[in-house]
Amino acid sequence: MAEEKLPAWNELPPGAVILEPGSSEKRYTGDWRIFRPVLNQDKCIRCLLCWVYCPDDAFYFEDEPYVTSKGRKYKFSLKINYDHCKGCGICVEECPVNAIDFVEEVK
Amino acid sequence: MAVETKEVKWKRLPLSSNYAIAYAVKDVDVDVVSAYPITPQTTVVEKISEFIANGELDAEMIHVESEHSALSAAVGASATGARAFTATASQGLELMHEILHIASGLRMPVVMSVATRALSAPISIWNDYSDLMNARDASWVTLIAGSAQEAYDSIIQAYRIAESPEVMLPVIVAYDGYIMSHTYEPVLVPEDNTVVREFAPKNFNRFRLDVDRPMTFGTIADPKWYYEFKYQQVVAMRNAYKKVKEVDEEYREVFGRGYGVIETCCLEDADIVLLTYGGIYGTFKEAIEKLRENGKKVGVARLRLWRPFPAEDIVKTLGGAKLVVVADRAISYGARISGPVALEVMSTFYGDPDAPMIMSVIVGIGQRTVTENTVAEIVDYSFRVLERGKAPRETLYWGVRGVSYE
Amino acid sequence: MALLKDATSVGRIALRYEIRWHGRGGQGAVTASMVLAMAAIYEGKYAQAFPEFGAERRGAPVKAYTRIGDEPILTRAPILNPDIVVVLDPSLPKELYLAGVKDSTIFLINTKKSPREIAEDLGVPVERVYTVDATKIALEVLKVPIVNTAMVGALVHVVPLVKLENVKKAVLETFPGRLGEVNVLAVEKAYEEVAGKLVEVNP
Repeated sequence: MAEEKLPAWNELPPGAVILEPGSSEKRYTGDWRIFRPVLNQDKCIRCLLCWVYCPDDAFYFEDEPYVTSKGRKYKFSLKINYDHCKGCGICVEECPVNAIDFVEEVK
Repeated sequence: MAVETKEVKWKRLPLSSNYAIAYAVKDVDVDVVSAYPITPQTTVVEKISEFIANGELDAEMIHVESEHSALSAAVGASATGARAFTATASQGLELMHEILHIASGLRMPVVMSVATRALSAPISIWNDYSDLMNARDASWVTLIAGSAQEAYDSIIQAYRIAESPEVMLPVIVAYDGYIMSHTYEPVLVPEDNTVVREFAPKNFNRFRLDVDRPMTFGTIADPKWYYEFKYQQVVAMRNAYKKVKEVDEEYREVFGRGYGVIETCCLEDADIVLLTYGGIYGTFKEAIEKLRENGKKVGVARLRLWRPFPAEDIVKTLGGAKLVVVADRAISYGARISGPVALEVMSTFYGDPDAPMIMSVIVGIGQRTVTENTVAEIVDYSFRVLERGKAPRETLYWGVRGVSYE
Repeated sequence: MALLKDATSVGRIALRYEIRWHGRGGQGAVTASMVLAMAAIYEGKYAQAFPEFGAERRGAPVKAYTRIGDEPILTRAPILNPDIVVVLDPSLPKELYLAGVKDSTIFLINTKKSPREIAEDLGVPVERVYTVDATKIALEVLKVPIVNTAMVGALVHVVPLVKLENVKKAVLETFPGRLGEVNVLAVEKAYEEVAGKLVEVNP
């Protein structure tokens, strides 16, 4: 990999201020995981507790209607952004219906 | 000294340096004051509270539970773009120490007054400069005032310096605890503070917390990034040297008073020049004037700007003397030369083949009395050193019982 | 005139008066030093007032200093050789206020005794001793034995360093409202009642 070119002292804002919001989105942390949370759409009741608890904001919604094997209809599905999920397992712990499996990354 | 100017109408008030600072805070329209009481600083903030209660100053007073919180609140306020002020002394400044570096690292233009005082233990509520000198490396621009008038003027100048885009560093205005903080003397204060507010308009055009334009403050910088931000502070300090002089010149034009970075007296053809700082300079000056009348070729100078250290001006001012005697009021324990300013003067002249001899003397520790006689004795000793042609290689601890120098 | 001719003279400063105040914590020696300096500053003179800094305790002996001059006062050393000594409490040990006095030092003492009695006790010429029963005045006027303003009133009669009106202005500035008014009365009364041979100073 080529040496990255970093800005000089006078090319940086004073006080190490970050001028734009949302800069953490640009940082890939997807390779930090040892375990990967995998959401079981069939068990999921869409309570959104995982979305609330996730420290990395890795859960997101998609307008993807879903009908469970028991016939419950949902208008949307929950997805996990694996570019930012660090595999902390909080969602696994918090899910009230054990809809998230925690599986080893290494295959 | 005070000069009346035609443009500005003055009130001549009997004020202590503490009160003078409170008046300056009011006149320069500070937005947020957060402080915790500590002798001998307390009356600064008491007076400011009075101004806020009377409606003379529109500011928020934040009552905090410690000096650590006092400066933290000031930093937070400053981050929103507000003009923030705090004041402290001694142990209070020590407790702030962590936040001193955060304020400067975040480039917050906070202004703080420090009524200098000795440090515990043993407990001393009296004056010396141990507290201020411990804050030397915190990247705060540091002015040391010599009179209540100068304390007033320096606070106003301080905001101009701190908020100027090329500096953006916090500023300390220090002065002798008790010896100045509790001494009443005449101070000229403008009848109408509009002139002060015009001289030091607030700089809102800086990075600040704003919901309409989100930014991140207080970031982490890994080894690939940290050094560059510290170098920015090095450059900002360099810029501050110029800025302090510029602002002082401009202040002189508007208000008729200026101080420069070093004040001097009787330097012409002086073989020996004493250098000191703070209010004690007055005592030195009266002693030196008297010695001059008796034909002694001796002068005296007062360091007003401590950080950034005005090296060029030091060389210009003291370079012509045969012997420079630096009278410090703080001890850097374990150093062979233990006067902080003496060390700095020596490093300034290092390698200069025409450098004067430099001697370090400690006086006034824990407010040990310094009179004109003390100064005369030091001068006597200094002339003996000059005759011998060799300055002592260690600091002299003047007046400590059980120690004498030949 | 003669008595203050050798008032402290340092360097280019022609004439300066150095006053040392002695009292006990709570009697207002520090405020007295301040009120006198304020009056001098209102009068356009240069002045400086500061306490001998200690951990202030009620009843403990305290010292305060005032310097008054026609030119800026630079020194910040404590006054070791006063031109004038003012004693707010007659029970203070005399060694305290005799320290460093000169042959020309003037004494103003709050006491029921006469200048002659005090002069004999201190061993100084009677022409340099002034007395006033400030405690009586304070109890009469203020209803408390705080004698500071009365002593300032007496002092500016003994040595006309500043005009009485400026002392009153300083007192009213220091003590707002009714308290100021009664203190002005104390100043006036002590100004009238002080005993001793009055001094002239350089105009």
